[in-house]
Amino acid sequence: MDQKKSPEYDVIIIGAGVIGSAIAREISRYELKIGVLEKELDVCSETSGRNSGVLHAGFNNEPGSLMAKYCVEGCLGFDKVAEELDIPFSRTGKIVVGFDAEDKDKLIRLKEQGDQNGVPGLEIIGKERIKELAPYVDGEFAMYSPATGVLNPFIYTIALAENAHHNGVDFFFNNEVIAIKHLENTSKNEINSEKSYEIKTTQGCYATKWVINCAGLNADKIARMLGINDYTIYPCRGEYFILDKKAGEFLKLPAYPVPNTKEGGLGIHLTPTIDGNILIGPSTEYIEERDNYSSTQEIMDLLIKDGGRIFPYLKREFFIRNFAGIRPKLVNKDVGGYADFVIEAREEAPHTILLIGMESPGLTSAVPIARRVIEMMSEKEYLIEKVNYDPYRKGILCFNEQPLEKKRKLIQQNSNYGEIICRCETITKAEILEAIHNPLGVETVIGIKNRTRAMMGRCQGGYCETRISEILMQEKDKPENEVIYARQGGKMFVGKVRD
Amino acid sequence: MIREFICVLCPNGCEISVELDENNSILELEGATCQRGGEYVQQELFAPQRNIATSIKVIRGNMPLVSVRLTDAIPKERIFDVMDEIKKVKLEAPVNLGQVIIKDVLGLNRDVIATKQVLRK
Amino acid sequence: MVINKDVIIVGGGPAGLATAARLKELGIHDILILEREKLAGGILRQCIHDGFGLTRFKEALSGPEYAARFIDQVNKMGIDYLTDTTVLEIDSTKHVIAVTKNELLEYQAKAIIMTTGCRERTRGAISIPGTRPAGIYTAGVAQAYVNLKNIMIGKKVVILGSGDIGLIMARRMTLEGAQVLAVLEILPYASGLPRNIEQCLNDYDIPLLLSHTVTNIKGKERLKRITVNKVDENLKPIPGTEIEYDCDTLILSVGLIPENELSLLAGVELDSRTRGPIVDENYQTNIKGIFVAGNALHVHDLVDFVSIEAENLAEAALTYIQKGSIPECSVLVETDESVGYTVPQKISCEKDITLSMRVKKPLKNCALQIIQGDDVIKTKKMRKALPAEMIQIGLKKEELRSSENIKVVVRHD
Repeated sequence: MDQKKSPEYDVIIIGAGVIGSAIAREISRYELKIGVLEKELDVCSETSGRNSGVLHAGFNNEPGSLMAKYCVEGCLGFDKVAEELDIPFSRTGKIVVGFDAEDKDKLIRLKEQGDQNGVPGLEIIGKERIKELAPYVDGEFAMYSPATGVLNPFIYTIALAENAHHNGVDFFFNNEVIAIKHLENTSKNEINSEKSYEIKTTQGCYATKWVINCAGLNADKIARMLGINDYTIYPCRGEYFILDKKAGEFLKLPAYPVPNTKEGGLGIHLTPTIDGNILIGPSTEYIEERDNYSSTQEIMDLLIKDGGRIFPYLKREFFIRNFAGIRPKLVNKDVGGYADFVIEAREEAPHTILLIGMESPGLTSAVPIARRVIEMMSEKEYLIEKVNYDPYRKGILCFNEQPLEKKRKLIQQNSNYGEIICRCETITKAEILEAIHNPLGVETVIGIKNRTRAMMGRCQGGYCETRISEILMQEKDKPENEVIYARQGGKMFVGKVRD
Repeated sequence: MIREFICVLCPNGCEISVELDENNSILELEGATCQRGGEYVQQELFAPQRNIATSIKVIRGNMPLVSVRLTDAIPKERIFDVMDEIKKVKLEAPVNLGQVIIKDVLGLNRDVIATKQVLRK
Repeated sequence: MVINKDVIIVGGGPAGLATAARLKELGIHDILILEREKLAGGILRQCIHDGFGLTRFKEALSGPEYAARFIDQVNKMGIDYLTDTTVLEIDSTKHVIAVTKNELLEYQAKAIIMTTGCRERTRGAISIPGTRPAGIYTAGVAQAYVNLKNIMIGKKVVILGSGDIGLIMARRMTLEGAQVLAVLEILPYASGLPRNIEQCLNDYDIPLLLSHTVTNIKGKERLKRITVNKVDENLKPIPGTEIEYDCDTLILSVGLIPENELSLLAGVELDSRTRGPIVDENYQTNIKGIFVAGNALHVHDLVDFVSIEAENLAEAALTYIQKGSIPECSVLVETDESVGYTVPQKISCEKDITLSMRVKKPLKNCALQIIQGDDVIKTKKMRKALPAEMIQIGLKKEELRSSENIKVVVRHD
C-alpha cells in the first residue's frame, strides 16, 4: 500500500483478543481515532477463547500482584459489564477440592491468600457441603468461593469488540503485523507530524501515534519490533474435552483440585460452561510452536484419568469434542508457576503500551486492565470524553430461551425464527443471519458457530453445517471455493460437483 | 482352481466359492443361496457388469442436481466413459422421475434416467 | 390453539411414510406427518446409489426412487404432511410443539410415532488426536454436500471407518474424480456389507486396511496429512507402524446413533446397546402411546426392513388410538454375550413376532437359538453371521409359552 494512503490513527491496538477488545472499547470513550489489527479472521481466535471460561475470584494470585488486583476488580465489577453488553454469565461459585492433610494445609493457605486479595466469602467446607453443592464431585474437603462465575469467552470478546466498533473503532482482520517503523526522525513530514509509528501488515500500512501491544502469544515479537527485547513468550498448551449437555446436570459449578503451584496451571478441573456443557482440562504442556492447537493421545488419557479423580461420573458417550488453548507465559518450564502481567510504557518506545504475559486470569481482568491502559495514556495525553459514547450492546436473541408465547410472536414477526437450522441447540435461521451480518464483518463458519452455538451440540454440525455453509454462500454471494472454515486458507470446499 | 466371489446382486452378499477348469468353466459352485449367484459368477468371469449412479446439473430447478442411474448394468470398464458422457449434460427444470436423459448411452443399450423429480423454481 | 390429531408421526423418511400409509389402510384418517426438511424422503434423498428395494419391490432402485414410491402412495391416500416443520418438544401426554416458517404449532395427539432416523458419530465422539482443520467430514455430511448441494469437498481422500455410507462415498468420490487413498477400519473386520466392499472398494482398487486407525491429524487451516497406525487386539495403536497419507479430506464413517433427543424429553427409556428406545412387540416405548420404528429404534442396514418394521407397528397403534391402551408385554428377551441386542426387548407371547438382532463379532457355521425355560424353541443355522447384517428370526405364537423370559444364544458347531 502507498504510504500516503496509509490510514491514520491516534491509537492502533495489535491483537483482537479479550484484552485488545476490552482496551478498544474503553478507549472508544474518548475522542480518538482507533484501529485494531488482528492476524486471524475473527476476534477471540486464540488464547482468549480457548480456556475454561471462568470468571475467577482472584484467590490464586500472589497478594500485591497485578494479577490479584485486576482479577478481584474484574470479578466484582462484572455484573455491570455483562449488563451493558447483554452477555450471559452466572456466578456459580467454585470449589477447590482436597483429599489429604497436605491438601488441607494448602487450601487454608489459599483461603488466606484470597482473603488478603479481597476475595469475598471464601470458606473451607467439609464433605457434606461438597455433596450439597456438587453431589457428583469427590473430595474430603474444599475451599468454596461464592464469587466465582462462568461466562462464554467468545461472546464476551465479541460483545466488547462490537461495542467498540459501535463507538467508532475500526477492526482489520487478516492483518498480521510484520514490521513497525518508528517515525521519530522523519516527523518533519506534514502528514505524519502527529504520527510516531508506521505499522506494516500483511495487508497494508497504518500510521499511528500510539501503539498498544496486546498480541498475546506474539506480544514478545511485537515488543521486539518496537525495540524492546526483554521478553520471551513460552507457549504452554492446555487441552480440553467438551462433554454433552446431558452431563451438565451432574455439575453446576467449577470443581478444581488443589493447585500445584509449580505447574503453571490450575490443575485439570471440571467446569460447567454457561451453556450447560462441561469442560475437562486443561493440561499444562510447554510446546515449541505458538499455534499448534493439536490434541494428543497422551494428554487425552491424562484428562480422563485426572478428571475422573474428582468427578467419577465420567462417561465416554458424553464426549463431543476436544480443543486446545495456548497460554502466553513469561516463565519457562524450569521456572514454572506464574509471572505477573506486564503492563508498561517504556521510555525507549514512546507512546506505546505493552501488555505481555496476559495469561489466566486475563479474561477476568480485561476491563480493569483496559482502564489501567487509559490511565497510562492520560499521563501523556489529555483525553477528551465523547459526548455520544454508548456503553450498551445488544446480543443475538436466543430463540430457544424464550417462553412459548414469545417464540410464537417472534415467528409471526420474522419467519426466519420458524426455521430451525441447528437441531441440537435449537438455533434458528434468524440467529444465523444475524451472526452472518455481524457488525464486525466476520465471514467464517466458525465465526457463525461462536456467535450462535450452532454446530456446538452433540451432532457437531451433522445436521446444520450444510445449511449454514449454504446460507453463508447465499448471503455473502460467495462461490463454494471461498467458504472458510476458521483460519485464512482453511477452505471447506474445492468447488462444484457439476459446473 | 478355486476362486471366491461376493455376489453384489442383492443384500445377502453371498460368499460364493467356485472351482474352475483352465478355461474358467465352472466345475463346482458353492455358497450361492439363489440361482442368480451362478449367473453373477459367470458374468464376473467373462464380462463384469455394474450399474452407476451420479448427478446431472439442473438449472432453474428447486435443487441444483438431479440424481441419475443407468437402466441396467454396463461393462465395468466403461464406467468412466459413461461418467464423462453424463458430465457433459446440463438440464433445465422441470425434470421428471424416470425421464430418459441419455438414450442408449455410448451404444451400450442402456439409458441414463433421472431418479428424482426436480421442479421449476 | 391446540389441534387434536389421532396420530402424529415425527419424521417423513422411509419409516414415517410407511407407517402413515399402513395406518391409513387400517382406517385411521386423522394422521399428520411432521418433516423438518423441505421435502419428504429422509436420508434416502441423498442416497442416490442403487440397491434399494430388492426385497420389497424385487427391483434395484436408487434411494430417491424408493422414497418416491412411498411419497406417491401417501399423496394418493391424501395423508397430510408438513415439510419445513421442526418439532421442538414432545411430552408424555403426547403434546407436540413444532415450528414452521409461518407459525408455532401445538398439537394434542392420541399417539405419537417417532421415526426420527439416526445421526452420525463424530470425530469428537471418538477423540481423534491432532489439529482441527477444514476438510474433515462425516460420511453423511459429505454425501449431502456432493449429492444434494452440488459441492465438491476435496480431491485426495482417506476414509476412516468401513460403515456402508463410507464405502458408498469412497465410490462416489472416485466417480467424481477424487482420489480415495484408503479406507481404514479399527476392527479386524469390516462394518459395512460385503457387497459394498466388493462393488465400492474392490471395483475401484481402493485398499481396505483392517485393524488400522487414524492417530494424528495435521494441517492448521485445511487438512494436510494424517498418520495411521495398525492397532493391537485391544485396539491400541502399535508404535512403529505409522503410515502417513497426504490428503485434503478425511471422511468419517464411524457409526450411527439412533436420534432420540425428542423422545428423551417425553421420558422415553433407551437401551444402552441399541441407543434406541426399549420397545415391546408393538414398538411401543415405556411411555404409553409413543411408538418408534426405523433407524430411531435401531440402526438398519437395509431400508426394506425399515419399511416393514414401520408397517408392523401400525396395527398396535390403531388399537391404542381406538382403545387408549394395548396389552402389556411382560416377557423379556435376553441375549448371551455373542448377541449384541434384540428388538423388541419385550414380548407378550400372545402373537407372532419377528426378532431383529445383530451378532457382536463375525461368526461362521453357527446357529442362533431361541430358548424359553429349558426348551430350544427355534434354531436358525447360519453359514456366516456378520455384525454388519441384521438377522431376523420369526416366532409363531404357538411356538411361544407365556410367563417365561426368552433368551437368544449362539451355538457353534
